[in-house]
Amino acid sequence: MKFRMGVAVLGLAGLMISAYLWMFKHGYIGTLACGTGGCETVQLSPYSRFLGVDVALLGFLGYVGFMAVALLGVQPAWVDRPGPSRLLLALASGGLLFAGYLTWLELYVIHAICRWCVASALIVALIFLLSLLDHRRFARR
Amino acid sequence: MAGSSALNRFYLLLLVLAVGGGGLLFWQTQHRAASIPKNVVVTVADTAGFQGYMLGDSAAPVVITEYADFQCPACQTFDVVQFPDVRRQLIDTGKLRWRYRDFPLDNVHPFARVVAHAAACVNDQGRYWEFHSMLYQGQGTWSRQSDPSDTFRGYVKQVGADVSAYDACMKSAKYAGRIQASYDEGIRAGVSSTPSFVIGGRLYEGVQMSDALKTVVDSLAAAAAATR
Repeated sequence: MKFRMGVAVLGLAGLMISAYLWMFKHGYIGTLACGTGGCETVQLSPYSRFLGVDVALLGFLGYVGFMAVALLGVQPAWVDRPGPSRLLLALASGGLLFAGYLTWLELYVIHAICRWCVASALIVALIFLLSLLDHRRFARR
Repeated sequence: MAGSSALNRFYLLLLVLAVGGGGLLFWQTQHRAASIPKNVVVTVADTAGFQGYMLGDSAAPVVITEYADFQCPACQTFDVVQFPDVRRQLIDTGKLRWRYRDFPLDNVHPFARVVAHAAACVNDQGRYWEFHSMLYQGQGTWSRQSDPSDTFRGYVKQVGADVSAYDACMKSAKYAGRIQASYDEGIRAGVSSTPSFVIGGRLYEGVQMSDALKTVVDSLAAAAAATR
């Protein structure tokens, strides 16, 4: 249960970060707190949209998904079922690939680093790790 | 029971994080310092039909392009001390057309971009040059403030522009791309400091005396007349 709880807490942190970035992009926040100054470059680049949708919005929806599955997974009726673990691992694998792609874009295409995006990528990596550990709990049985 | 207790503590932790994070986000929206993004991607629409803030007869034989930053003290010196003579002797007499371009020096002037955007928003209402003068005259006041937004609003009222339209324009940051395009143009022209002037294809850096400008303009105007 503790792994799923961890995923929910990390999902909430990621959700806040993506909400912050989305609010900046749409003018609700003046400047991003970003020491490197690369956040605005990244967030205002054409790569801040993916298939016509804001990447920050995709992140927000992804974290909502993580939280929903993790919260379901900690309910007494679901805590010992493998379904949520499989779903979390599938979601986290997709999220990790996407975060890797975005980090590659920052480093080699946009040539600017947004620390909030890096934080989000680290959160996704941690969620993947916790999902993997949770999944192994059932795989060992 | 132990599981139920752990679950309750977990829900409490989530609630605290959600309220804290949500509160921080809300605070950001309410207490944001005025800012216009820099290094934005310039689109065709950003510059369509806009060559800069123009003053004077479109048929004038000479055009001077000024690259300046409203927060730059040397630009203020030029605008307050020299520009009134330039305007009276050269622009108002039809010899010269003035072209003002924003060249925000973000590293040293934190309000450079927001004030350039404020001027662009007032330009929407046809009060650009009045507002331009007020900004330079008031530079010593707003430049020292932590958030000069209200001072700018005061100037907007004084020049007779609509404050609510101005606020909507500022919130939209719709001229961020145009300001970036202006800065990029300056870089291409070789500008590295403000004020800088392009006269007859040549770059002049630093504050220029109105008499020196008059000499150059008269010379270029005579050359242009001779080639007609």
